[in-house]
Amino acid sequence: MRYLGIEPLRPKVGVFSFTCCEGCVLQLANKEETLGPFLQAIEVVNFREVTTDQGTDYDIALVEGSISRSDEVDSLRKIREQAKVLVALGTCAVFGGVNRQKDAFSIEEANKIVYGDHPKESWPIRAVHEVVQVDLAIPGCPINKAELERIVQHVALELPWQFPEYPVCVECKQRFTVCMFDKGQLCLGPLVRAGCDAPCPAGGLGCWGCRGPAADPNRAEFEALVKERGFSRADVEDRLSFFGGFEGTRP
Amino acid sequence: MKIDLNVDVHHLTRVEGHGNILVKIRDGAVQQARWDVVETPRYFEVMLRGKHYSAAGILTARICGICSIGHCLASVRASEAALGVTVPDLAAKLRLLAKHGETLQSHVLHLFFLAAPDFLGLPSAIPLMEKNPAVFGIAGRLKGLGNRLCDAVAGRTTHPVSIQVGGMGARPNTATLSALRDQLQAALPDLAATAEVFSGFEIPDFVRETEFVSLKANGSYPWIGGDLVSTDGVDRPEHEYREMTNEYTTEGNTSKWCKLSRDAFAVGALARFNNNHAALHPAAQQAAADLGLAPVSHNPFHSNVAQLVECVHVAHESIALIEQLLDAPASDEIMADFQPRAGEGVSAVEVPRGILYHRYVYDDDGRITEADCVIPTTQNNANIHLDIGALAAQFATQGMTDDRLELLCSMLVRSYDPCISCSVH
Repeated sequence: MRYLGIEPLRPKVGVFSFTCCEGCVLQLANKEETLGPFLQAIEVVNFREVTTDQGTDYDIALVEGSISRSDEVDSLRKIREQAKVLVALGTCAVFGGVNRQKDAFSIEEANKIVYGDHPKESWPIRAVHEVVQVDLAIPGCPINKAELERIVQHVALELPWQFPEYPVCVECKQRFTVCMFDKGQLCLGPLVRAGCDAPCPAGGLGCWGCRGPAADPNRAEFEALVKERGFSRADVEDRLSFFGGFEGTRP
Repeated sequence: MKIDLNVDVHHLTRVEGHGNILVKIRDGAVQQARWDVVETPRYFEVMLRGKHYSAAGILTARICGICSIGHCLASVRASEAALGVTVPDLAAKLRLLAKHGETLQSHVLHLFFLAAPDFLGLPSAIPLMEKNPAVFGIAGRLKGLGNRLCDAVAGRTTHPVSIQVGGMGARPNTATLSALRDQLQAALPDLAATAEVFSGFEIPDFVRETEFVSLKANGSYPWIGGDLVSTDGVDRPEHEYREMTNEYTTEGNTSKWCKLSRDAFAVGALARFNNNHAALHPAAQQAAADLGLAPVSHNPFHSNVAQLVECVHVAHESIALIEQLLDAPASDEIMADFQPRAGEGVSAVEVPRGILYHRYVYDDDGRITEADCVIPTTQNNANIHLDIGALAAQFATQGMTDDRLELLCSMLVRSYDPCISCSVH
């Protein structure tokens, strides 16, 4: 099927999960109204959660989850060798995600609390790019299927893809969501990269920053706003450290 | 001829997470039959320490990509029990509606995308797009409806945003609710067609007597809170969940295991059905009768049928709930006023794969000092393990092949709809 005279690619895709909740790959099966066309735009050759087919001839690897054990490093390296394009899918793969929070504790202490006399292997959390080269990083906890569809359209037509550079605030304005600060709540929206369509403020929850920093956020203005509205440094820090997306960005 | 059979499944497909099956039969005798969970641990109970009550539900939703609404709900209820908060009636109704949306989307995902391909001889549901577009269409419509219910009420299906300590962060408008009610009405024929499809599937003839644990019906089919009950006659209040689960760790598995009156027990749709069938909506009871499901069924493959019966139940109950929500005055509150305080709270919620428990201890500042989460699949692991042994023994007969036994074992595990990364958390 040609579109505007261009024959779309139908890339062979492998889908792989590491340390995470597997919620990002689940989004691939969501947005049911366009699920048929989506599955026709790609060829799924390996996806443990939905098919017994375990092909190794994939060109694009979608990798979700962070890396926390030696066997995961081995598997990830094999995937990198095979894939022409390796995509870090979702906040755990891109930043380490909420999994990073366990690293505030020693592994001995963590094992004692959870496993008692049967400690398990678990390394400090690494994002996928800390282990292998990543060609495209799609953040979100979970990823937004509509955004993923737009990315697949760009890949299929060999067009360059650009994430929004502006912060989440822009998308709240677009959908007429009342500012969370005006409702007396803290929100990281002014700092965080848009593209999610701002579902959290619309549902009554200020942004926790799962997509990481926007391109050039007005940090000074944000700090002033937070102070003016009476939120503490600890309140902000609880959120900045939540998904791992702001590591190394603190003032 | 000697009957020697081997099954070695490393990372079972069409389940959530990483689990292995190992069966070794020599001369007709089962020498080894194992179910092992090898998922990487995430240590959520450790991460929860020091967390503010406003963060606990957001964090624990991330335990599971499929039943995040159930986790968030169990979490905020445990916090509310600890902090002494009573949520407004309207918020409680909205929460139940969000849970029904999750039950529908999760059960439909399992029935069509994870379980059905085995009965149809397909590697996945994707070929159905061309082979049977009518059935693929039903699956998409029903799953989409479940997701839209969740999106409208909880703000998002995966990792909800509106379910917060004290109540709900937002209320869907009447136009959205009316549209959802109409879509639910329109989905009833799709559910009937689903029953038609599944009634044609040949369910393996396998029975192993099992203790089934669930919430106990108190007037209505139970989903959120209440007493705990088992088919072996155990009956306990919600806060005594640890007497019901008896979690223990093992050397090789990253998930814990559980036991009660026997070496193992089962939770999930079949357990709920077995304990509470009389409280199902009449249409769901009829669906069960039509599909040949009667309590107490000890055939684990009947879990698929029980999930389908529950889909019918939640569709009807959601329609009734929406009617009540549409009648609720615009002035009704959805969020309670409260102050943090020290305390301990337990919550039990029936999530798609079975009963889920969260327990938190809070300090005076509203931060968690101790947390415990007991996951449905954790409770099922020992039962899956013992089922595999019994299944292998029953089917170690003349003419059985490695491939056929592997398929039967895989179908058995899939019938529990395990959520493995959840079980490890």
